[in-house]
Amino acid sequence: MKYDRILIRYGEMTTKGKNRNVFVRRLKQNIARKLRAFPRIQIEYMRDRMYILLNGEPHEPIIDKLKTVFGIHSFSLAMKCENDLAAIKETALAAVRQLPHNGKTFKVSARRVNKQFPYRSDELNHEIGAHILRQTDGLTVNVREPDIDVRVEVRQDGTYVTCRDIFGAGGLPVGTSGKAMLMLSGGIDSPVAGYLAMKRGLEIEAVHFFSPPYTSERAKQKVIDLVRKLTVYGGTIKLHIVPFTEVQQAIYQGVPNEYSLISTRRAMLAITDALRRRHRALAIVTGESLGQVASQTLESMYVINEVTNTPVLRPLISMDKMEIIEMAKRIDTHDISILPYEDCCTIFTPRAPKTKPKKEKVLQYERELDLAPLLEKAVNETETMVIDEENGRTDEFAGLF
Amino acid sequence: MIYLDNSATTKPFPEAIDSFVAVASGYFANPSSLHGLGMKAERLLAQAREQVAAMLRVKPGEIVFTSGGTEANNLAIKGVAWQYRQRGRHIITTEIEHPSVAEPCRQLEELGFEVTYLPVDRDGRVSAKQVERALRDDTILVSVMHVNNEVGTVQPIEEIGALLARYPKTLFHVDRVQGISKVPLDLQRAGVDLCTISAHKFHGLRGAGALYVREGVRLMPLLAGGGQEMRLRSGTENVAAIVAMAKALRLAMERYERDIGRLKELKDKWLEALAAVPDIAINTPRDGAAPHIINFSLKPSLKPEVFVHELEKSGVYVSTTSACSSKKKAPSKTLLAMGLGEDRAERGIRISLSFDNTQEEIAPAVAAIRQAIKTLSEVTG
Repeated sequence: MKYDRILIRYGEMTTKGKNRNVFVRRLKQNIARKLRAFPRIQIEYMRDRMYILLNGEPHEPIIDKLKTVFGIHSFSLAMKCENDLAAIKETALAAVRQLPHNGKTFKVSARRVNKQFPYRSDELNHEIGAHILRQTDGLTVNVREPDIDVRVEVRQDGTYVTCRDIFGAGGLPVGTSGKAMLMLSGGIDSPVAGYLAMKRGLEIEAVHFFSPPYTSERAKQKVIDLVRKLTVYGGTIKLHIVPFTEVQQAIYQGVPNEYSLISTRRAMLAITDALRRRHRALAIVTGESLGQVASQTLESMYVINEVTNTPVLRPLISMDKMEIIEMAKRIDTHDISILPYEDCCTIFTPRAPKTKPKKEKVLQYERELDLAPLLEKAVNETETMVIDEENGRTDEFAGLF
Repeated sequence: MIYLDNSATTKPFPEAIDSFVAVASGYFANPSSLHGLGMKAERLLAQAREQVAAMLRVKPGEIVFTSGGTEANNLAIKGVAWQYRQRGRHIITTEIEHPSVAEPCRQLEELGFEVTYLPVDRDGRVSAKQVERALRDDTILVSVMHVNNEVGTVQPIEEIGALLARYPKTLFHVDRVQGISKVPLDLQRAGVDLCTISAHKFHGLRGAGALYVREGVRLMPLLAGGGQEMRLRSGTENVAAIVAMAKALRLAMERYERDIGRLKELKDKWLEALAAVPDIAINTPRDGAAPHIINFSLKPSLKPEVFVHELEKSGVYVSTTSACSSKKKAPSKTLLAMGLGEDRAERGIRISLSFDNTQEEIAPAVAAIRQAIKTLSEVTG
C-alpha cells in the first residue's frame, strides 16, 4: 500500500463566506497549472479541503511544487480506504511503515466525522494504536509529544490516513485579490515586495525602467531573470519595459541636481500609473521601506506620491534590511539582485539628494520642464513581454540545449 | 566496428557536436565582455549551468565548470585540503580510485597531509564501516568513487554519506565520472558535498567537466586569475564545450530513462556469452556492479596489449584495464586491491558498453575474442 493522494488544507480562505468557491476554484486552477508536468494527477475539491490523486505520479516533486502555491495552509500525503475497521488498521500501519519510524514515538488521532461508523474515536485510537504497536519494531506510544501523529478521519466517502503535515506557503491564491503593477528595479527589495503582494492574492504585472546606453542589456536580462523567479509563485507574469532615457536626460538637464532624484521618482510613478490604467490594475506595489535611502524618507514619499491617488502598496514598509535580504534569499532572488549592473536609479543619482524635498519647489521645476509629452511617449513605446516559469529563456538558443 | 571502450571515452552525440559548432562559430565572444555578444555567451553559460544543475537535481550556483574530470577531482581534493588545512590534515580515500584522485592525494602527502587508502573486498568495494574506523578528529575529506572505472563495482555512497552526516567537519567527495547516466545517485539525499562529472564519458566533447560544490562548502581555487566560475576556476570559459555537455547530459539521461533495462539485459547477455569462453576469468562482481563495465582476465601466457591489438584486427575495440594507465605496463590497481593476485591483475581486459551497443554485436565480438585467444595461444605456446 502506498500514499495515493495529497490532502490539502486551505489557509485563511476558510474564513471567507460566500466567496469561498471563487477562492477554491482559483486555488485549484493555480495548482493544476503548477503541476502541468504531471498529467496523470486529478484534483478533487470540496468546501474545506482538496485532494490531489496521484495516479502513479511521484509525490516528491509534487510536494516541492506545492510549497510554492499561495492559499495552502498545509498538506499531507494521505491514503484512503473503505470505512471498515480491518482496512483502516492495515492502512494506518502501511502509512507509518513508509516513514522512518525506528526508535520513534507515535500516537493515533482518530476523528469520526461520519457518525454512522460503529466505533467511537477513542475506540478507534485504541484499536489502531494496538495494531501498529504489534506490527512494528522500535516504535513506542507517546500521546503528548509523538514524533508521528497518525491522523485517521472517518468521513462519508471513506477513511483518510495521514502522518505528517507539511506547511504550505500560506496567504491567498494568486489572482483572488485583483491586479497590481509592481515597480521592479532589479535591486533586492522590489522582488520581495512582489512576492509578498502575490502572497496576499494579488496578480502582478512588473514595470521596469530601462535607460540604454546608461544601463546595459545585462541589467534588463537581470530583471527578466527576477521575474522568472517570481513566476514560481505567481504563474505567468507580464513585464513592461519602459524606455526611460529621454525622460531621465530631460530631468537631469532641467531640474537642479538635488531635486533630480525626486523628479525621476515622480516620473516613474506617473508612467507606472498610466500603464496601470491601460492594463486595468487597481494598485501599484513598490519595494520601499521607510528611511532606507533618500527617496524613502517620509517627506520624499509624500512628494513622490503626490502624482497619483492610486493606492501605492508598500509591503516592505516596516521591514529591516536584514529581514528583506533573508526573505530574498529564501525566494531565490537575492543572488540575481546583487549582480553588479547599473540600473536607472544608480546612474543619475545626485551626490547629495534632498532628504526633505519641498513639494512646491518640485512642482515649479517640473512646470518649466513640461515632461508630459515625454512621459506619454515612454508609455507608448513600452515593450511588454510575457514570462512563464518555463520560458524566460532566450528562444535563439532553443536548439542548442 | 564494434566499439567496446566507452569507459575510456564515448562517441559524441551528433547533436552535441552540432551545438558545439553552432556555439563556437556563432557565439564566440568572451562571456565576460560587456557588449551584447559577450552577454549572449554569458546567457548560454548560465543556461548550461541551469540545465546541468537540473539534471543533477542541485542548484545552478553549485555547479562549477572545469576542463574535465581530472581538473574537477584535483579542484575538489586540493581545494578542500588548502581551504581547510587549519582544521585538519587527514584525508580518507580508497585503493581503487582513478589516478586523478589518487595522484593529488600523493601530492598532498608530500606536502604534509596524511592519507588513508582503504582496501576493498573481493568484489572491489569499501564499506561505510571501514570509513568510520578510519575517521579521525582531523579528517577533512573522504573521497570515494561512485563506480569503479576498471571493474564497474558500485560503491556504497549513500551509506558513507549517511555516516558522514554525523561528521559535519568532514567533507565528502564523489568521483562520479563513470556513474553518471548509468547508475542513479541522489546527491542531496546521499549527503555528497562535492561531485565530479566529465562530458566525454556521456557523449559530450572533451574539454568540459563539472564539479558540484554544495552550497556552503568553500574551496581554495587551483587556478587564480580573472575570477570566473564564482572565483573557483579562473580562465575564459569553454562555452561551446560546456553547452555541448549540457545537451549531451540531457540526451544521456533520456537514454537512461528509455534504455537502462536494455543495457542491463545486454550486460547479462555479454556475461553469459563470456562465461562460455575458455581461458578467461570474469573479475566484475555479479552483484552491485554498473550496467556497462565488464572486466575479465586472460589466462597466463597471453599478453593483454597483444590481445587488444589482435582483437582490433577484427574491428573490436576494448581496453586493458583503464585507458589512462594502459600505456604503462603495470598490474591493475583495482584487481590487485581485490586480492586477485599479481598474475591475474596483469592480464585484465575491460569491455565497456554504451546505450548504443546492441545484442547483435555479441556473437561476432565473442567469436573474435575466441579467435584472438586461439591465435595468440598458438603463437606463444
